[in-house]
Amino acid sequence: MASRVDALYIFLLIVTGMMTLLIFVCLVYFAARFRYRPGIPAEQIEGSTALEITWSTIPFLIFMVIFAWGAVVYFKERTPPADSTEVYVVAKQWMWKLEHAEGQREMNELHVPVGRDVKMIMTSQDVIHSFFVPAFRIKQDVVPGRYTVAWFRATKPGVYHLFCAEYCGTQHSGMVGSIVVQEPAQYEAWMNGGSTGPLSATGEKVFSELGCATCHRNDAQGRGPSLQGVFGKPVQLDDGRTVTADENYLRECILDPGAKRVKGFQPIMPTFQGLVSEEQVNALVAYIKSISAAKPGEAGKASASTAAPKAEQNGSKVQ
Amino acid sequence: MPDSSATGLHAEAHDPALLHHFAEPQQQRDAASLGMWVFLATEVMFFGGLFLAYLVYRLKYFGDFGAASKTLDVRLGATNTAVLICSSLTVVLAVWAAQTARRTLLIGSLGLTMILGLVFLGIKGVEYNDKFVEHHVPGASFSFEKVPIPGHPRQYSDPRHAQLFFSLYFVMTGLHALHMIIGLGIFLWLLTMAWKGRFTPEWHTPVEIGGLYWHFVDIIWIYLFPLLYLIDRHP
Amino acid sequence: MPTPMPQPDGRENYLNKHYGVWSWLLTTDHKRIALLYLISITFFFFIGGFFALLIRLELLTPAGDLVQADTYNKLFSMHGIVMIFFFLVPSIPAVLGNFLVPLMIGAKDLAFPRINLLSWYLYIIGGALMVHCMLTGGVDTGWTFYAPFSTNFSNTKVVEAGIAVFIAGFSSILTGLNFVVTIHRMRAPGMTWSRLPLFIWAHYATSIIQLLGTPVLAITLTLVAAERALHLGIFDPKLGGDPILFQHLFWFYSHPAVYIMILPAMGVVTEIIACFSRKRIFGYSFVAFSSIAIAVFGFLVWAHHMFVAGTSVYAALVFSLLSYAVAVPSAIKVFNWTATLYKGSIHYDAPMLYAFGFLGLFTIGGLTGLFLAALGIDVHVTDTYFVVAHFHYIMVGGAVMGYLGGMHFWWPKISGKLYPEGWARLAALIVFIGFNLTFFPQFLLGYLGMPRRYYDYSHMPEFQVLNVLSTAGATVLGVGYLLPMIYFLWSMRYGKPASDNPWNAAGLEWQTASPPTTFNFEQEPVVTWEAYNYDELDAPHNDAPHSEEVPVAR
Repeated sequence: MASRVDALYIFLLIVTGMMTLLIFVCLVYFAARFRYRPGIPAEQIEGSTALEITWSTIPFLIFMVIFAWGAVVYFKERTPPADSTEVYVVAKQWMWKLEHAEGQREMNELHVPVGRDVKMIMTSQDVIHSFFVPAFRIKQDVVPGRYTVAWFRATKPGVYHLFCAEYCGTQHSGMVGSIVVQEPAQYEAWMNGGSTGPLSATGEKVFSELGCATCHRNDAQGRGPSLQGVFGKPVQLDDGRTVTADENYLRECILDPGAKRVKGFQPIMPTFQGLVSEEQVNALVAYIKSISAAKPGEAGKASASTAAPKAEQNGSKVQ
Repeated sequence: MPDSSATGLHAEAHDPALLHHFAEPQQQRDAASLGMWVFLATEVMFFGGLFLAYLVYRLKYFGDFGAASKTLDVRLGATNTAVLICSSLTVVLAVWAAQTARRTLLIGSLGLTMILGLVFLGIKGVEYNDKFVEHHVPGASFSFEKVPIPGHPRQYSDPRHAQLFFSLYFVMTGLHALHMIIGLGIFLWLLTMAWKGRFTPEWHTPVEIGGLYWHFVDIIWIYLFPLLYLIDRHP
Repeated sequence: MPTPMPQPDGRENYLNKHYGVWSWLLTTDHKRIALLYLISITFFFFIGGFFALLIRLELLTPAGDLVQADTYNKLFSMHGIVMIFFFLVPSIPAVLGNFLVPLMIGAKDLAFPRINLLSWYLYIIGGALMVHCMLTGGVDTGWTFYAPFSTNFSNTKVVEAGIAVFIAGFSSILTGLNFVVTIHRMRAPGMTWSRLPLFIWAHYATSIIQLLGTPVLAITLTLVAAERALHLGIFDPKLGGDPILFQHLFWFYSHPAVYIMILPAMGVVTEIIACFSRKRIFGYSFVAFSSIAIAVFGFLVWAHHMFVAGTSVYAALVFSLLSYAVAVPSAIKVFNWTATLYKGSIHYDAPMLYAFGFLGLFTIGGLTGLFLAALGIDVHVTDTYFVVAHFHYIMVGGAVMGYLGGMHFWWPKISGKLYPEGWARLAALIVFIGFNLTFFPQFLLGYLGMPRRYYDYSHMPEFQVLNVLSTAGATVLGVGYLLPMIYFLWSMRYGKPASDNPWNAAGLEWQTASPPTTFNFEQEPVVTWEAYNYDELDAPHNDAPHSEEVPVAR
């Protein structure tokens, strides 16, 4: 991914370099050649519509090429691959809290295996931050009140800077960390060095502790809709809209249940705003994803039980 | 551009109301008029930001905003709308009176406009008081429990979103009321000038541009009223 | 080249017509108001510059060892607020625009002289409030005031700073209003739109932006203040609000604001290039309409500041496309200015040196905008020093160079004195060198990944070399700015008296005395010639009587 960005950058350097050179050469040449000489007046030239059109159209076409190339790169940057490993990130003044789907918690550091697609599902506890890894050429603002998503695939082992790139107060410059990219074997070793179990298992605990199961039963008797297999699927709302149950939707249901009410159910779900932490919300989301259409044969990638991949991830345009 | 015949300063006698940097009275009038229209354009942009914020949240929290909006008294709002429209009529009368040298009518119309403006503010005050009593003023004492969403009697609105509605309600109507108060100040000044007989058919620019300002304040209300009171209002 | 006959001392002009503090503080003469603004904005330029110096000193070393984190955050916030709202936005319009617009169109004053004075007082009140804010704790939200930090988390004087900016914004709205009405209604007979100097076109476009954009900033700051003071929750996610809405509202003004800051400088540069090449601007109508195009398109691209903010991919695509569209009119201007030099007769006086500097630096700054508009690149470089370098190239390399060039060009008209040419050329060179040394390394820092608004980069000590270069450049730049202050002041007392038209330049302002009388023209001009009539001005003198209506160099 980084090389794609660099390729565009070099292209831009060449194009703008040439434009600069062209203009500078003209400026210097004209400045010297048409220096004031006594007795030689300036020649009054009105203009030239042909020239104007030429030097408007050609740059515009070049700009369109740059735009298109930039758009393509951006599209890839904003579209995580379907089977990415997920990491939940909670930013707060002035630290990064990360939690792997497998359950490992990290502070200001993120261990990932080389070659793996990693998707970060991020939110902030307080103000707007921004997750910036210059080496990977990625950056994404982390906003309170919603999830935003970024992804990368590290291609070389090493330790890379992680910066907060949106001013967030006193220790903004201190909100620095690292991405530790390891060979798969090393990563395994690190992972097995103690974890609290997969995030989804934590989520299952939270789910029962908070009494969610009382209403969200798996049979049709519950006062709330069954959550089995709900992730990634369309949901019919009582105002006629249909939305896709992505991470933001699940989060909104927990914290702001009145915003989108599911058709056919009483509007009695209480809000859990203030009663759950961001980490608990992340765990619940991971749990609900795990009880949705788990694909058989997901073994192969090394991990105990990753959060199950979703059938349709395309709804995940996290706005 | 009119061909100027005035050469130098005070070369000829001129209208005492003509300011020195203008070539002739028509130019001065045109400049004042254009100036007020341009100023009103900036006011449109000023209120526009608020309208945008309101529309964004109205779409996002349609039901909750509907529930909150329903607690506004539409009769008082409609009365206020009628009051302002009448006041625009009195403003038009005032301008005509100035144009046709009808001093009594001018003073009367200006005064009546001010009275109608005060009536508007009075009714607004009553509405604000109602909101205060019902604990709908955003802040520590805000309360909006168990209020059903219009059209969905078994669903309750979210108090936080209702509070958002009232925040916008108070900022929008408050800003409008502030402009009304400024307008009343302007009209008091116009009334004083009219009383002293300063306006003539040849020069009554302040009445015209003051009138433009008042019409603008009226039009803002004509947008505010349906947006705040009437959308999604079920019987 | 200069005209003979410097004016004899003692002739009555706008400077000596009345004496006394009150004759200045209650003046309605647009020229005196321009000077009042000149003094005030210079004051704020020094304050903003002082903050910049402290910032650059802190960044000499990776550790945060000069000031505390909170102090640094206040420094960059107030540097931005002061420089943008109290220096750049007023600079050319309120000083050169106020002085020259009536002169250039043949009017005695602006349409609303008392509103002009009011706008200066509003600026002073806003400025005083800002100074008070700075002295009693300052503000640390960045000039961008992002919510929810500004509304719910900052412990500094956000509301006070917001009010100060609001009031200064109102001042700028009134200036814009005055210009629009003046240009529409007070042109001298014969001064058609197509005969207007391009400086006027530029200020007209600027005024449109000021009028339509600034009120949106005003309401945004009002909402921030209301939220902060009354906890209204409009931008607070915990109450259902949306912090991204703040960004949309804020940038809807703040992007057009950058065009408020550059268009007047473009107008200045156009006048200078025409004069010192002794020819009409190449492509007059294209340059005129490109100003309007920039003003219009400038309102359509605000969310290119938000490509990583969490907006949708499709919104980003639209704004990126439009951002490339807005680049085209600026490119047209650069090509037209360059083409004007072709077959000109170029003189290298100080104003022209500043214009050349502008051309080079604005080209670089503008082209780096292409990088930022490219979505794929912007993700990497936004919120880094790349952006900082980009906008300083345009604001300082562009707008400030234009401002200084204009000050030199019109100084004889404003003061009736000539500045020392040798020192002026030296200062221009120092500014150019100092500027590039300060800001070019920042492009590299940005691409290498140094984020903005960091006072401590001890995790990336490899960035120190570039930072040191940048700070060195800043000191040179500072010297370059001090020089004109000194010699302009010196020239008011000891400078050679200037003739009415020392540059033999086209334009009605040069057809009147240096300095002008209070009412500008002894006789209302009647314009029968096209703009930039340098062929007539440079025509060899002969003894045949001239038609009264054709002005010739005296």
